[in-house]
Amino acid sequence: MQVEMEKVFTRPKTLLPVSTHYCPGCGHGIMARIVAEVIDEFEVREKTVGVAPVGCSVLLYNYLDIDMYEAAHGRAPAVATGCKRVHPELVVFTYQGDGDFVSIGMAEAIHAAARGEKITTVFINNAIYGMTGGQMAPTTLLGQKTTTSPMGRKPEQAGYPIRMSELLSTLDGATYIARVAVSSPKHIIQAKKAVKKAFGTQIKGLGYSMVEVLSQCPTDWHMTPVEATKWVEEKMISYYPLGEFKTPKES
Amino acid sequence: MVKKFMTGNEAIAEAAIQAGCRHFFGYPITPQNEIPEYMSKRMPEVGGVYLQAESEVAAINMLFGAAGAGARVMTSSSSPGISLMQEGISYIVGAQLPCVIVNIMRGGPGLGGIQPSQSDYFQATKGGGHGDYHLLVLAPHTIQEAVSLTMDAFNLADKYRNPVLVLGDGYMGQMMEPVEFKKTLPPKLPSKDWALTGAKGRPANLIKSLYLNPKELENHNLEINRKIQEMIKNEVRVENHLTDDAEVIIVAYGTVARIAKTALKVLREKDIKAGMIRPITVFPFPYETLNKVAETVNKFLVVEMSLGQMVEDVKLGVCGKAEVRFYGRTGGMVPNYDEIVTETSKLVKEAS
Repeated sequence: MQVEMEKVFTRPKTLLPVSTHYCPGCGHGIMARIVAEVIDEFEVREKTVGVAPVGCSVLLYNYLDIDMYEAAHGRAPAVATGCKRVHPELVVFTYQGDGDFVSIGMAEAIHAAARGEKITTVFINNAIYGMTGGQMAPTTLLGQKTTTSPMGRKPEQAGYPIRMSELLSTLDGATYIARVAVSSPKHIIQAKKAVKKAFGTQIKGLGYSMVEVLSQCPTDWHMTPVEATKWVEEKMISYYPLGEFKTPKES
Repeated sequence: MVKKFMTGNEAIAEAAIQAGCRHFFGYPITPQNEIPEYMSKRMPEVGGVYLQAESEVAAINMLFGAAGAGARVMTSSSSPGISLMQEGISYIVGAQLPCVIVNIMRGGPGLGGIQPSQSDYFQATKGGGHGDYHLLVLAPHTIQEAVSLTMDAFNLADKYRNPVLVLGDGYMGQMMEPVEFKKTLPPKLPSKDWALTGAKGRPANLIKSLYLNPKELENHNLEINRKIQEMIKNEVRVENHLTDDAEVIIVAYGTVARIAKTALKVLREKDIKAGMIRPITVFPFPYETLNKVAETVNKFLVVEMSLGQMVEDVKLGVCGKAEVRFYGRTGGMVPNYDEIVTETSKLVKEAS
């Protein structure tokens, strides 16, 4: 007798059936999948536009089956603003790394949030410049060794890492702000929930939403994937606490 | 049709509205502030969007987003602000997006001053940002011409999927003249099937300038260059003024060209047969016109509000067939017609 099997797990429709350029153990692949799942669950694939700027983020357009821009370094929130102001009915998101969002694109990030631009940012914080080979990022932890802080980041020379979620939470235009991690199955489930709330905030027209994702970069941290997830849990989360910093006031 | 008395800046803004521009992103800088101010009031009246960006860097990237979404979009700025936009302009060219940029030039380098200048000619016509490209650059010399060229700019941008720069200066922006807005039928333009509108019922669209494979990037750049060659073939605009019997030619554009027209009258009264060639497009540049006129005239005087930028293109056009002399003022100083008369007379009296 033939038994009809129920399919319980499959590739999201929005995620293209291709292998990614991400290194083994990198958090980007998990986030690409989460974004695709959320787009599927809201059934908005045909009205979603993504913006991927310079860095490891940039090739996201090869993995998602949606309209996408590739933007200049740091300028994704401005590009997304231009698109959303032309097509307010679309769901527009940016997908940015720490160098992009917190360093070169800080002005665009702050002002898109301050304007309450109805876009969503997925911000991958792995405390390093990945694509360019492991230089110091604005979110590199004190003492962390990178190719441009070879003796470890020293505050008297290179200042302090920036907590972007806390910073954006001070702005009235920012509506949903959360920090999550992708270092364990539990954290991945929480990450998915946060991304869904962020997109939901935009779809309901409530304002700007941003999810900061603490992500591992085994290659540039010179660790195994397992060591890298441990480093996120032990070092990153203590400096960058997880949680929701701002949630929409539902009327 | 009723004529309106407007500043150049206001007239350029209204021309953009008349051309169907419904999105404007900008940042304040003198002497072009009347454009964003006009837009902030006018856009809501026509159901459009005015947004003050946090910087010129953000403004040009908002143009990237809006142009990529299929809208007719414009920004305006003045020299230092246009310098800040160069990165974004390069990306817009690379992504083959149409938009209109207005530069109401002021003196440089650095913060320079706020008085009129033409010292951004190199930046405007030779590329400006990184990479192999040119903008199509229109240089009006009256407010009425600023209106018609601004309206044309949107059609040209859509036709070539390339930014078009309207190059004015502080005088063009601040000066008032009566203008009319003639209704014209838009030309047949290609559909924007590349625009990002959500991938509904079609494959996903991608707007990008990244080509990691050098052969792909070479092909992409050759395609951009093919469009530039088409512009060179089809879009050169130039005014020949009193050139038929001329013994000396003044070459000038924009504000300097209108001052030179006064100088020509004075020179003609003194029996000096002076004519003028006025490039209306400074890219593509009217090299052929200059070359042809240099067959019969052997003295050229180039006058600019700079220390000599367009003069290089004039020399390329004349190609050694005639003497090319330069006269310029800089830093916001504007040449008087009598200075042009004196320089022209001097050149004519010298034995060739």
